[in-house]
Amino acid sequence: MTAENVLRALKAVSAGRAEDAVLSVRDLSVRFRLRGGRTVEAVSDAGFDLGAGECLALVGESGCGKSVLASALLGLLPGNAETSGTALLAGPEGAAATDLLAADEKTLARTVRGRRVGLVPQSPAAHLTPVRTVRSQLEETVRALTGTSRRARRRAAEDAAGRAAFPAGHLDRYPHELSGGLAQRAATALALIGDARLLLADEPTTGLDRDLVDRTADELRRHADDGRALLLITHDLAAAERIADRVAVMYAGRIVEIAPAHRFFGPAGPRHPYARGLLDALPDRAFTPIPGMPPELSALPEGCAFAPRCPLATELCSTRPEFTADLACHHPEHPRA
Amino acid sequence: MLELDTVTAGYDRRTPVFRGASLTVAPGESVGLLGPSGCGKSTLARVAALLHRPDAGRLVLDGTEVTAWRHRAPRELRTAVGVVFQQPRTAADPRLTLADLLVEPLRATGRRAEAAARLAELAPAVGLTPDLLGRRPHEVSDGQLQRACLGRALALRPRWLVCDEMTAMLDASTTAALVAAVETYREETGASLLAVGHDRLLLRRWCDRTVEWQDCLPAEERP
Repeated sequence: MTAENVLRALKAVSAGRAEDAVLSVRDLSVRFRLRGGRTVEAVSDAGFDLGAGECLALVGESGCGKSVLASALLGLLPGNAETSGTALLAGPEGAAATDLLAADEKTLARTVRGRRVGLVPQSPAAHLTPVRTVRSQLEETVRALTGTSRRARRRAAEDAAGRAAFPAGHLDRYPHELSGGLAQRAATALALIGDARLLLADEPTTGLDRDLVDRTADELRRHADDGRALLLITHDLAAAERIADRVAVMYAGRIVEIAPAHRFFGPAGPRHPYARGLLDALPDRAFTPIPGMPPELSALPEGCAFAPRCPLATELCSTRPEFTADLACHHPEHPRA
Repeated sequence: MLELDTVTAGYDRRTPVFRGASLTVAPGESVGLLGPSGCGKSTLARVAALLHRPDAGRLVLDGTEVTAWRHRAPRELRTAVGVVFQQPRTAADPRLTLADLLVEPLRATGRRAEAAARLAELAPAVGLTPDLLGRRPHEVSDGQLQRACLGRALALRPRWLVCDEMTAMLDASTTAALVAAVETYREETGASLLAVGHDRLLLRRWCDRTVEWQDCLPAEERP
């Protein structure tokens, strides 16, 4: 081990970050100031590492802050948002990491979006330009991101389509002529052109039927297996179970548990009562809803935000549990034996 | 009792979405209709909800044939059916508060006087708090808005419910909560249900029986 390596390893340990993380998020918070002095705490103190070849699924109820977190990573939040914390995106081949939260718009637009972070959007039909063919949109993206010469562009666009399993025979179609699954692949092909090491997939399977969900999820997994880091934001637990290596559960803007997927979905199960409740709501499990509804992000309680709905809550829960050892709960359940 | 007998429907007479579909839902029964996206099951749901007139075939609701209408089905039949759609954002008037949304059907049928009492029953049944009832659609989540849309479908105490992908946009817990609300209503009133969707696990768990889309079609029309 060279001195330089040792130094790097030490630095990584002192910062508590995985050395090979493609994305390393710490204390990420997003607040929205509204008129009348109200504040919406959309994301609070989120932290996780994501390595190459790994898929982390971020799951939670709608409105829990998952998509705001993704927007924060891409610098796509509206003007009244205030962010804090760090989100280090590893640099290409030894170059310095970029803090996505501190980077200015020019850096994000010219070096990050599409090039180092690819976004697979929620509704591909709305993401694609309706008046142009898929081929023309792919070629435009190739030109903008890689500056490939005109003659090579056609080939590069076809290659990108091939990587996303988009059939070449459909390249000259317009978005409205595509099925939901093909539109999703076209959007994925666009996200892959810049060869970004990090892919953000924001609810990529919403509205697709089960066969298409499985196929879309498997294709995303294939891109992780090619060495990309994949952050899958979803409320579809079945899709997460299919492809994730780890699962991060978000509740009321906070990550409350991060667990290996095999334990989370396996017989041991998650440890946070909210995560257990989410799983128990599945139709192939107890099919029982969690009582009550999540709190308003503009009026979060002092203590644990889940306590009012939690079967295990005690007085302890009026203070907020720290997030330690991948869990934020005063009464974690022991893994089922 | 709902009977669809060799129904053909679509948006253009020359190219119907489906031909000759048949399906029966017995009184008090719940039937899940399963099919991939784009197969025509939502059009069938609209026919079953009396929102779309079939081009051919018979639709019989509680012994009355209701195929002979022109622009709208007769009111006494329409109000016997409650419908919940997939996308609450497009199904809810953005200008109404959730409370107004819930009792809109009472107002539209001249039963405004009953609105307050019915609201007091409906809101807890679908899990909406007074705070949420005062808000408009852009101030609530998809799940909360879908709760209001379900409440609206139940407002006139329909004998017959059609849920077209009611939970496709929702997380597991909200899905289970909405299904529980539908089932509580059906236990109280004996209403029948047609739930249309693609989630096999969900519909098998929810409904008395499930029907595959291709089994509704005559052999020569199957995909």
